[in-house]
Amino acid sequence: MRTTARFIPAIYIFLLMTPIYWLINMSFKTTNEILGTFSLWPNEVTFDNYITIFTDPTWYNGYFNSLSYVTINMLISVSVALPAAYAFSRYRFLGDKHLFFWLLTNRMAPPAVFALPFFQLYSAVNLFDTPLAVALAHCLFNIPLAVWILEGFMSGIPKELDETAYVDGYSFPRFFVRIFVPTIASGIGVALFFCFMFSWVELLLAKTLTSVAAKPIAATMTRTASSSGYELGLLAAAGTLTIIPGAFVIYFVRNYIAKGFALGRV
Amino acid sequence: MTLVFKNVTKRVGADVHIFDTSVEFVENEFNILLGTTLAGKTTLLQLMAGLEVPTSGEIWFNGNNVTGVATQKRNVSMVHQQFINYPHFSVYDNIASPLRVAGFSKADIESRVDSVANLLKLTPMLKRRPNELSGGQQQRTALARALVKDADLVLLDEPLANLDYKLREELRDELPKLLSDRKCTVVYATTEPTEALLLGGYTATVHEGQITQFGKTPDVYRRPTDLETARVFSDPPINTTKIIRKDGLMVLDEEVSWPAQGAADGLADGAYMMGIRPHFVTVQPTSENAVAIQGRVIVSELSGSESVVHFKLGDLSWVSQSHGIHAIDIGADATFYLDTRHCIYFGENEKLMAA
Repeated sequence: MRTTARFIPAIYIFLLMTPIYWLINMSFKTTNEILGTFSLWPNEVTFDNYITIFTDPTWYNGYFNSLSYVTINMLISVSVALPAAYAFSRYRFLGDKHLFFWLLTNRMAPPAVFALPFFQLYSAVNLFDTPLAVALAHCLFNIPLAVWILEGFMSGIPKELDETAYVDGYSFPRFFVRIFVPTIASGIGVALFFCFMFSWVELLLAKTLTSVAAKPIAATMTRTASSSGYELGLLAAAGTLTIIPGAFVIYFVRNYIAKGFALGRV
Repeated sequence: MTLVFKNVTKRVGADVHIFDTSVEFVENEFNILLGTTLAGKTTLLQLMAGLEVPTSGEIWFNGNNVTGVATQKRNVSMVHQQFINYPHFSVYDNIASPLRVAGFSKADIESRVDSVANLLKLTPMLKRRPNELSGGQQQRTALARALVKDADLVLLDEPLANLDYKLREELRDELPKLLSDRKCTVVYATTEPTEALLLGGYTATVHEGQITQFGKTPDVYRRPTDLETARVFSDPPINTTKIIRKDGLMVLDEEVSWPAQGAADGLADGAYMMGIRPHFVTVQPTSENAVAIQGRVIVSELSGSESVVHFKLGDLSWVSQSHGIHAIDIGADATFYLDTRHCIYFGENEKLMAA
């Protein structure tokens, strides 16, 4: 019984980790070895793939671009969503419920729908091919998400906390920054994580709204063939590096993720 | 330091939360707001604190019209039923927060926090976070924060309701002592008549958005001005019935009547509403004035020292509360004894006639 109890999760983890292992495995191989032989581990460990990525600007700029528009997007989304979520959670106003639901409908159209208008608009205002363009475009689906998540967390805080703070003499801005934001810090962390996640994996808008200067890493990676033929080892190394920020970010919000998926409503 | 409501009303949309209310609370005293859940106690407290603005009418404090003055500019403090503390502050910082906002000096803050913490037995917990404390300690922290700044008006919204029985008794004993040597008006909301009687002071009974009576707590208890007040200020609920006074007799029905004496003596003949508190309806006669009535038992609850028996008197549901253990079978017919000296008589408009 005990062996079965361990055996099943072991299989599960094994299946889960296999593709990731294979990616890492490939990243330490030469392209010839990848194409020529089947080996469970690199016969000849090479760091050339990683060295290329860290020295070639077309590669490392991809990471820099992606991280910069993701960071800008996270900051914009959460700082805009905080006051919005507070209003939805604390005040009743005409059409509040409809407006709140309408926010979510922004997520109901595929991003491709917006690719053309964004492309046209950003070209007109000289935003095309900048990280800010992608960051703003991603706000389309990240702000509603952040509002929903934060509203859930905020509604879990009794409004008596606000009242107590006013009675204690806190002005609204001071209460919001000193008391309220720290109280829902975990919610803000979760909202930031979800913004990161959706912005980091989104490819279509990021690719459409950039050409050279702000090209995201995922776009660079989808070029499978280059002048020197197939560079599979290089792509595997790039893929491995792309996983790392996600793993790093999720570590900080690991205890709150489930609540985040329920949009803060548990 | 009086708090005065002048024709205050509060409406939210089409709902009236507080009907036209005029009352003058007593300074430096315990003023108790007694009423059931949703009666409007919390709204009244919010109006006093300035968290809500009255729809019409004025609120005066210490001779100043404070209607519409922001909460932050009034020297009030408040404790809620839920244990509300700032979760990311230590207990010390929680208590110190109103002083910090008010710009007190560091040394001043330290001495004030220390003395309040000492008073509320929080000194060993000052470095901890509120969520590491028991419920009682959390509520003490909230109380300490309310007391530390010497507010002129202290608002307590069912502060003991979420505490377990023993802690509640302990803190209820301490509260009046903590507040007695301070120059502040206290308004204390509660749903429990017993709590109002234990705390003393003055009581305002609140029913469906209206203050039905305000006066010294024992006076309100003994002489409720109308039946609704008597209902609010009675636990278990007061027993009521229609009664007729005729030829010097109080006639309950064909079989039960007694000579009109005591409170009923001065009444004119006619129809009245009678109220009698459950502990004057007992399973054994407690005085010579006891009158026997017959009822069918619905439920009997034993609490160790007391028996509470619910029974049907004709169509009416009545409650009897007696000392000792008297287990009576459900559905059995039993005899109960009314102590007729303690009947309260109301007119047919439910206003007090004699008590």
